[in-house]
Amino acid sequence: MVFAILQRLGQMVFVLFGISALVFLIFFATPGSDPAARIAGRNAAQETVQAIRKDFGFDRPLPVQYAIMMEKLFVSRDLTSFVNRGLEVVPQVMRAAPITLSLVLGAAVLWVFGSITVGVLAALTRDTIIDKGLMILALIGVSMPVFWLGELLNLVSQSRFHDTFLFSWVPGLGYKPFFDGPWLWFKTLIIPWFTLAALYIGIYGRVLRANLVETYQEDYIRTARAKGLSPSRVMIRHALRMSLIPFITMFGMDFGVLVGGAALLTEVVFGLNGVGRLTYQAMLNLDLPMILATVMYASFFVVVTNAVVDILYVVIDPRVRAN
Amino acid sequence: MSDATASRPMTEAEGDAAVAPPQAGQSPWRRAWRILRRDKAAIAAFVVMALIVIACLAAPIYAHSLAETDPFRSTLSGSIVIDGQSQKIMQASTTGLGLGTTPIGPTWHWQYMLGADNQGRDVAARLLYGGRNSLFIASAATLICLVLAAAVGTTAGFFGGWVDMVLSRILEVLWAFPVYLLAISLSIVLLSQEIWIGPFRIGSGSLILPIVIIGIIYVPYIARPVRGRVLSLRQSEFVLAARGLGIPRWRILIKDILPNVTTTLIVYIPIMMALNIITESALSFLSIGVQPPDASWGTIIQDGQGLLYTRPMVALAPGVAIVLTVLALNVLGDSVRDAVDPRTKIR
Repeated sequence: MVFAILQRLGQMVFVLFGISALVFLIFFATPGSDPAARIAGRNAAQETVQAIRKDFGFDRPLPVQYAIMMEKLFVSRDLTSFVNRGLEVVPQVMRAAPITLSLVLGAAVLWVFGSITVGVLAALTRDTIIDKGLMILALIGVSMPVFWLGELLNLVSQSRFHDTFLFSWVPGLGYKPFFDGPWLWFKTLIIPWFTLAALYIGIYGRVLRANLVETYQEDYIRTARAKGLSPSRVMIRHALRMSLIPFITMFGMDFGVLVGGAALLTEVVFGLNGVGRLTYQAMLNLDLPMILATVMYASFFVVVTNAVVDILYVVIDPRVRAN
Repeated sequence: MSDATASRPMTEAEGDAAVAPPQAGQSPWRRAWRILRRDKAAIAAFVVMALIVIACLAAPIYAHSLAETDPFRSTLSGSIVIDGQSQKIMQASTTGLGLGTTPIGPTWHWQYMLGADNQGRDVAARLLYGGRNSLFIASAATLICLVLAAAVGTTAGFFGGWVDMVLSRILEVLWAFPVYLLAISLSIVLLSQEIWIGPFRIGSGSLILPIVIIGIIYVPYIARPVRGRVLSLRQSEFVLAARGLGIPRWRILIKDILPNVTTTLIVYIPIMMALNIITESALSFLSIGVQPPDASWGTIIQDGQGLLYTRPMVALAPGVAIVLTVLALNVLGDSVRDAVDPRTKIR
């Protein structure tokens, strides 16, 4: 078991290295472009470009360039954005991270409870009108672009029905820190939470229903029922427990990706200055050092959560341990 | 026994699980086709899809003969006649200080049926032209993605050894990259300059860029299941038998492995189309997809963002088009999977 975990951790380090090398190559080693000019941004002075070329070692071999870049990002952490006039990149990412985390955590709570309710209810009422209605709703949730849903909700809550009792409580767009007032923080985030969760409630609800239906064909469910257990106990203790295993894998991956910045569409629509919106603005300004930092930050989260999920499996499931 | 009725339906192998067993002498394709033809949801989804495609293909007819506008040229000073009254396309703003202009709202006539955007262009006509781009990009990206994924997945699974090792590691790296961030990274490099591939020049406004970006980012999602399928096929009895008979490997690959991989790929076509339409709209919304003055459903939603509270139709209409299309494709995807290969796990 220890060997399996070590192996998984080794794999994690390799993937992290691969990603950093890939991003570096995409940004700074594409043929026909001067990396120093790229970092300097549009309309930069010749002296700036020269200084960057010397500072980042762009006149030296590629592996040295890569090493210098990683040193600036991880060791000295003084990678600066030239487009934004010398703002340091790493502290900005660190400042944006809690905002993204607030958004994703709340949405995750919503989508876990929402999808378990949808999945269990649909499986219990299989092939009835309730099941079909829930599955159609879930499919609509999967089919809506998240930024469009966000705009729709903004239109309703900020403009059209803002003056009615329904949405008069909704604060203006933008993030309000938790420590300035938890209640305001909650009110600001509740619509973004719902927007982000809608897609995942759809996906997870559908997957959970399919898994439950499949699990109910298994012998041990028949045994549990033959023992005279109540249907709710069969559902919760036996069927749901097994069906949640793939659910947890999916959750680990999606959570990691979202915390890493994949929630950027929701952040852009609701004006939340999280990691995703930071990346988006860096992209509009062609601010390469910033994008390098956010992409590395994102993949770090994804890779680590994936490794954690896999290691949890090794600990929990004896079949995986044997392999 | 009220509790027994609640759980009864699941004990019997009916519904999804009761797919007609294969009969001797019937090809799997004909069987799948027979199941699909009886599936009412699939037929409805197909009809919706067909109507959307036909409407988008008819975009030039609509724009020139019915709406009589050029949806790619800004019309800031024109006016149209509705019910005998002349109306300006850009009307004086009535909100705030009364400064600036607001585009005309939905007229529900042929001209400016859904109103105009902030450059005075006909939204309905742009919606149809945009649909062409959205559908074309999604289809081409699906094709690229499936071909690449099939090539990578089959090679890795069939040859094994170090080939598999290298390809799997590359897939793992791509897999760990959040899709939109990978797209941003690629687009920042591709969109900021022209690219020369031999004698061919790809300008920064070319549709090829979003197609290639979207085609690449989802390769690991398909290549992994394909590789898994090939690995299990390689151990299957008919392949072992073929090897025992001394049939060359390339022949086994073409005659035995590839046809079986094809079923996996076909199941993914509608789902990938749906995913690609959403991705294209998201990239265009972030202004790294289709470039102006070209339109796609995503760019129109972005155009409508500034007009959201005054002329919401600009952003609403393309969203409805996306939801309808993607919903139809997802329903079709479920049906195709049930008909062709019910064991395929979607996600």
